[in-house]
Amino acid sequence: MQRLKLFLPLIIFILMALLFLGVQWRVKNGEYSPTDLPSALINKPMPSFRLPTLDGGVFSAADLPAEPVLVNVWATWCPTCHYEHPFLMKLAEQGVKILGVDYKDDAQAAQQLLDEKGDPYFASVADQSGQLGLDLGVTGAPETYLLDAQGTVLFRYQGALDQAVWDKHFVPRLAELKTGAGK
Amino acid sequence: MIRSVIVFLALFFATASWAVIETYQFDNELQQQRYNAFIEELRCPKCQNQNLSGSDSEIAQDLRRQVHSMIMSGKSDIEITQYMLDRYGDFILYRPRFTAGTAVLWLLPAGLLFIGLIIWLRLARRRVNTAPVNTNLSDEERMRLQSILNEPSSDKQEGAK
Repeated sequence: MQRLKLFLPLIIFILMALLFLGVQWRVKNGEYSPTDLPSALINKPMPSFRLPTLDGGVFSAADLPAEPVLVNVWATWCPTCHYEHPFLMKLAEQGVKILGVDYKDDAQAAQQLLDEKGDPYFASVADQSGQLGLDLGVTGAPETYLLDAQGTVLFRYQGALDQAVWDKHFVPRLAELKTGAGK
Repeated sequence: MIRSVIVFLALFFATASWAVIETYQFDNELQQQRYNAFIEELRCPKCQNQNLSGSDSEIAQDLRRQVHSMIMSGKSDIEITQYMLDRYGDFILYRPRFTAGTAVLWLLPAGLLFIGLIIWLRLARRRVNTAPVNTNLSDEERMRLQSILNEPSSDKQEGAK
């Protein structure tokens, strides 16, 4: 008993070290990011909005199609968004519906970029004031929200989408929506 | 000479004191105080540990503007807090509400203090019990002490009556 007490500090140290290493390991594997915030919007309806589109029209929350859509918050000033762009193009080719939210950006520059590099969005709204971003709880671009057919926010991803992120976070949720809809 | 003095003095200017970025107009002192309280108490969602007043990030600017416009349009403190909570969750409050999710934040320090107190009390009690009585008595003195303790003292009996 006395012996055990002698080693107690060491045992506590080892337990703490294992805990920290475990967290670090999960960060390294991309399972956990300390900067990611849980979205306050999960399982809540998409905030209502009515904004001008990049091509001169108007788009509101009511115009969202009755199927699962992605809402992608991006801007031309955001380097990670440029990195993400080719993957969004790929998703669009596969038939994924993506609404673009051009966040606090110059609409002309944004339209020009889409003209040059391709437009993955079925519609692009210009959120010049950042009000929709605020309502969405955006912390920075890029961010991507998954909405179901009823316009409920199911998931929010902070950072650039790529194949690994897509397979891990979006594919299972989309599959669930499909089987749910089939019933 | 004068130029080098100016350059030297310029080194003492704290650029950090210019960190306040925007100036907002308020109708009265109370609004100003509420605004300052909010930007001190609300955490910048983009930054890991900065409040709105300390951050120059885009989102912090937007939120400061939002707080200002909500104060000016007569929103109550509760309404403003709820607005922020609806969008950013408990993260945005430096003093989060007491919920199931934040209970550990609120209770852990008190719990650890309680455990520490118990351990301290137990250690202190044990020390009293096991404290050796250090007497520099020789064997002879000890025997005398023993005989004194054993013999029924008249004082004691009187005192007991």
